[in-house]
Amino acid sequence: MNLFHYISDFLTDSSHWHGYDGIPHRLDQHLGYSFEALAIAAAIALPIGLVSGHTGRGGNALAVVATAGRALPSYGLLVLMFFWIGRIGLLPVMIPLVALAVPPILVTSYEAMRTVDPAPVDAARGMGMGPAAVLFQVELPVALPLILSGMRSAAIQVVSTAAIAATVSLGGLGRYIVDGYYQRNYETVAGGGALIALLALAMVGVFWILERVVVSPGVRRSN
Amino acid sequence: MIQIESITKRYADGTVAVDDLSLEIPDSSITVLVGPSGCGKTTTLRMINRMVEPSSGRILLDGQDIHQQPVNALRRSMGYVIQNAGLFPHRTILANIATVPRMLGWDKVRARKRASELMERVGLDSSLAKRYPYQLSGGQQQRVGVARALAADPPVLLMDEPFSAVDPIVRKVLQGELLRIQEELGKTIVFVTHDIDEAIRLGDTIAVLRTGGKLAQFAAPDDLLSHPADAFVEDFLGAGRGVRRLSFFTSAGLELTTAPIVAADATDAQVAERAAADAPYLLVTDTDGKPLGWAEPKSLTGGASSVPAAELISYGRPFESGRDSLRDALDCAVLSPTGWAVAVDDTGRVVGVASQLTIGDAIRRAHAEKGAEASDRASAAAAGLKVAP
Repeated sequence: MNLFHYISDFLTDSSHWHGYDGIPHRLDQHLGYSFEALAIAAAIALPIGLVSGHTGRGGNALAVVATAGRALPSYGLLVLMFFWIGRIGLLPVMIPLVALAVPPILVTSYEAMRTVDPAPVDAARGMGMGPAAVLFQVELPVALPLILSGMRSAAIQVVSTAAIAATVSLGGLGRYIVDGYYQRNYETVAGGGALIALLALAMVGVFWILERVVVSPGVRRSN
Repeated sequence: MIQIESITKRYADGTVAVDDLSLEIPDSSITVLVGPSGCGKTTTLRMINRMVEPSSGRILLDGQDIHQQPVNALRRSMGYVIQNAGLFPHRTILANIATVPRMLGWDKVRARKRASELMERVGLDSSLAKRYPYQLSGGQQQRVGVARALAADPPVLLMDEPFSAVDPIVRKVLQGELLRIQEELGKTIVFVTHDIDEAIRLGDTIAVLRTGGKLAQFAAPDDLLSHPADAFVEDFLGAGRGVRRLSFFTSAGLELTTAPIVAADATDAQVAERAAADAPYLLVTDTDGKPLGWAEPKSLTGGASSVPAAELISYGRPFESGRDSLRDALDCAVLSPTGWAVAVDDTGRVVGVASQLTIGDAIRRAHAEKGAEASDRASAAAAGLKVAP
């Protein structure tokens, strides 16, 4: 039996498609963790990145934070958090996932604002646009493609890494990998791994669609 | 009228960008601020719409201190055009142009209608309306920049090196378009450039600034070329200012002669009669009066058509009598292999020819007239009288 047989057997087994341990429920949990971590990371990193990029201040500090954040091993942090604070809701898993998602969002949103062409901004001010209008009607729309690309990297990494939640007895698609491994059930391990990979690819698709919808054709990066 | 009253801009590090500058910028005309880099011309312009606040001094717009006016309302009342246009890349051309009307609260339909009118006015095809800036050439983008500045019909237009990033050919076209638009609209335009030729071509009045933000001279282009205030201005004007000044002298007073002109259907006898007029060359025209080329009289012994048009001596580029300047006439004569300039009317028919010698006479006469005018003005001023320029 090869890998593809494992995967197809896992996905075609109807018992895997319902119940508490069924794919829909695990997928729902997985997306739930991922979305929550991404939302928290965006809430932290976007304002800081956008403001420092807009003002041009704090770039060096951001670079240090981002590098440090990237150096953190997610799995190690998860185990550490689990032993340190115990299983208080999703907290032990949220901390490493947020730490994973913050650096790409922070760095790209800073870069996005910093690299906005100063000429349209100068023109906007000179035509009598107030500071808020300049920010929301000129700078953000122009910076949006890069901001979204940071969000996309963060989303892909979070979705791929959220599997580690299963190692501290939380749910998500990681359950198949962890449980399958202990049960020597390689069909389940391969199926779970394939689902996570597909989900990461789906993120690329979601962000592609999002870019089509919210980014003006005049500044799309494909131009 | 914009009155700049002894403004100074000193930065925190002690650099002085503009030093005690006073200017009166007249309405409905183009005032050019020109000078080398670091002369404070852009800073001066940006103080007029308060993008930069002066350290001291004040600026009055129609008698009102602009510092007392709400800054964004002030800016909306002045069109602003910058280098590279500064278009909003995420907005369509039409939306870019409609920016200020929308800010002023016009409804969408009216703002877009106005924007379409302006596209036509600045010579942009309406098919570009839905395009984005990156799809346009530099010259087209700059036209959009001008249209956007004109959208809310502001009385004042501030232009900061608007044409310096486009190639020389496009720049010349855009300069011509600006003059055409200005003829129609009569805005009060303040135009910054580092290019003295652009200043002379566009300016009704030119302020030459020197490094350190001091005014070197404030004069009409003709005066600037004929009487540079000091060595700096003279140096900045560069070589050939005598010849360039000729662009301000009309060719209308130039004496033209029709003696050495023969039509293509002229007979041998007619050619001989013309040749007696003691011109070294004869200009052959077609039967419609349009120039074909020069020929030596002795080569036309079998009538004017005895030399095929292709073998005639090139007549160069003709000038339009009355409309083109003495500089154009001189240029034609210098470029012509025969040393004679061909004058045509607005339909391209020959009205006469002039030799370099005749043009030289006309130049001397024009200088004498200008000199007399200037001394009239000077003596009138000395007598305390006011003479309309």
